[in-house]
Amino acid sequence: MTDMGTLWFWLVGGMLAAYVILDGYDIGTGIVHLFVARTEGERRLTLRSIGPLWDGNEVWLIASGGTLFFAFPTLYATSFSGFYLPLMMVLWLLVLRGVSIELRNHVDGPIWTPFWDVVFSLASILLAVFFGAALGNVVRGVPFDEAGRFFEPLWTDFRPGVDSGILDWYTVSVGLAALAALAMHGALWVVLKTENPIRERARRIAAGAWWGATVLTAAITIFSMDLQPQIARNLAAHPWGLIFPAVAVLGLIGSFAFNLARREGAAFLSSCAYLAGMIASAAFGIYPNVLPSSTDPALALTVANAAAPVEGLRVGLVWWSVGMTLAVAYSVFVHRRFAAKVTPGAEGY
Amino acid sequence: MDIALAVHRLQFAFTITFHYLFPQLTMGLALLIVLMKSVALRTGDEHWNEAARFWIRIFAINFVMGVVTGIPMEFQFGTNWAEFSRISGNVIGQTLAMEGVFAFFLESTFLGLLLFGEKRLGPVGHWLAALMVFLGAWISGYFIIATDAFMQHPVGHSITAEGTLVLRSLGALLLNPWAIWQYAHNMLGALITGCFVVAGIGAFYLISGRHEAFGRTFLRVGVSVGVVATILQLYPTGDGQGRMLAEHQPVALAAMEGLFRTESGAPLAIIGQPDVERMRLDNPIVIPRMLSFLTYQRWTSEVKGLDAFPREDWPDNIPLLYYSYHVMVGLGTIFIAVMALAAFLLARGSLFRSRVMLWILMLAIPFPYIANTAGWITAEVGRQPWLIYGIMRTAAGSSVNVSAGNALFTLIGFMGLYTVLAILFLFLVKREIDHGPGSHA
Repeated sequence: MTDMGTLWFWLVGGMLAAYVILDGYDIGTGIVHLFVARTEGERRLTLRSIGPLWDGNEVWLIASGGTLFFAFPTLYATSFSGFYLPLMMVLWLLVLRGVSIELRNHVDGPIWTPFWDVVFSLASILLAVFFGAALGNVVRGVPFDEAGRFFEPLWTDFRPGVDSGILDWYTVSVGLAALAALAMHGALWVVLKTENPIRERARRIAAGAWWGATVLTAAITIFSMDLQPQIARNLAAHPWGLIFPAVAVLGLIGSFAFNLARREGAAFLSSCAYLAGMIASAAFGIYPNVLPSSTDPALALTVANAAAPVEGLRVGLVWWSVGMTLAVAYSVFVHRRFAAKVTPGAEGY
Repeated sequence: MDIALAVHRLQFAFTITFHYLFPQLTMGLALLIVLMKSVALRTGDEHWNEAARFWIRIFAINFVMGVVTGIPMEFQFGTNWAEFSRISGNVIGQTLAMEGVFAFFLESTFLGLLLFGEKRLGPVGHWLAALMVFLGAWISGYFIIATDAFMQHPVGHSITAEGTLVLRSLGALLLNPWAIWQYAHNMLGALITGCFVVAGIGAFYLISGRHEAFGRTFLRVGVSVGVVATILQLYPTGDGQGRMLAEHQPVALAAMEGLFRTESGAPLAIIGQPDVERMRLDNPIVIPRMLSFLTYQRWTSEVKGLDAFPREDWPDNIPLLYYSYHVMVGLGTIFIAVMALAAFLLARGSLFRSRVMLWILMLAIPFPYIANTAGWITAEVGRQPWLIYGIMRTAAGSSVNVSAGNALFTLIGFMGLYTVLAILFLFLVKREIDHGPGSHA
């Protein structure tokens, strides 16, 4: 049971990491949109860099959610209802983000386009912070009751502990780290996909965001180790787990060095590695919990008590393997199809 | 019913009803666009490509609305129906995940190519992109239907000692006979929406004397496909759905037909208002023995009325169920008449001059949306009081840790946001229609 459960733990984690890397550059492009693109033409270009790709990237969230649903139904049910308000807000932000991308270019005018530019940017900024705070909640743990349920208000006294809210100083710091990380990730994507002057602005923003990401990553690593003792326990028992933060650090170094050296592809891939390393580190850190408890540790949701029965997981593995192979193939295909830099005058929408 | 449960139900009903207004046109139009692109490829006539491009522009606006209102649906099982999700997740989570994995990746990948890639793909490549989008949309429809069909008629599962459901047979789940009929009936419903929209806009252009060549093309496409779709919707797919109900949900059948008392040679009520307190239909107009014939193919068969079932197993809103069903069937019948008449005039070569028929087609545009919505209300209200038929009641499925206040906050939030989306959608589609087919600035 634990083996199948553990397998699915890593498969779902992998899908979530893929989502963060892919839609992360859409969100990141939104975060930096108003800063890298100053004219109407430039704004159209940054949007075109994600135009044919963002929807497919967002599907990774749907696919991850659905997979979480059938592999860990108790976790899906408990966490989605427990995180009710922020999850609903994330859904509304995704609505606004999607609509702003698709509708912006439909009307030419001094009201329509600036309005949607700002909605696109604000929604992207808030999504980064909310997603980061969500990860913070998962690492910190949530206040389970005896029946194995929880409900967190948006905030209480901003302190983690048995009475925590969604937002406390720790989860806000993770949210800010996510904001810096995705700003850097998005800026490096824009560097890869555009030419000067947008590219040069994005390079400088990526370098600046890197400092924020580095400082905050160091900070939240210290905070997380302190608040979630499982991390230290796991590293002590399985030192090979250090590979995940190592990948994250190497990715962080690469994002800076390759950006400085103007090696755009390597810089962006380093940022992808950084994000993947961070997600994997968090997953490794909380295992075998899937949702730790900030009250009685015995109430935590674990791979064992939250996963679906093994027969159901086996059935799922068969079709999932086929489907995800296809999904990866589509993602690779569409990214290669639209790999060229976006230039003015080329076919657009 | 306690307030929290009522709010959870209302929120799901509102968000799914609003969401489905968009995918029905997406799925219907996707097929019609493939048709237009096929004719373009075959004949080399650029007119058909221009026609397809016009509808692709409308498709794109419609598609994004469908996507953004669809994401909340996948998460709403967990947020508002946590007890249901905990019990049934391993089964329905699979079909929902399959929708994302098999259909949405396909659809969204090729939509990008459809919208952005016409020049670099060439005519055959662009046609293929349209075909992939159509397949992705129609495949996603199958998985969602399979999910609902499991809730209506659970198959392929077993129940653990703790009371949770486990999927034992993927084949049984995907080939659920309820799913097959429901899928056919649902997809034809979507196609009917597509046909009436395309034909209706064609009629609009002819009436207003603009883009007349395209108006004629749209009418040809919408009417010739529509006449087939509307008939198949009644028979065999509507009949097929009815037989599923008779076999597996006889109490729902009795309620939606307004059959209060068990009868041999039961009549089919055409109109009449159900009075549940007095167990009768007011001012009924009926066809004698017709319900027995439709259900069991014998005029004298016994059809169970509501009196044959315990009261706690009755759908909890019989009037709503009865009216939705009758609105759906009434409109469906009218659609056959409209499309058949239009097809007849088209074949005779006089449709484009017939102002009355053109006006009817144009004014008909909103009605397939009403019929599709009424059909889904029939399906979901008919399933009550069950959430998973015979296994879990709706009252037991909602998130007990989400208070009525929180649910009401998000319901109001959705209503406000979706009102804005509706206004944006209508504004943008109107602009496209005003601009018409032909090169876009």
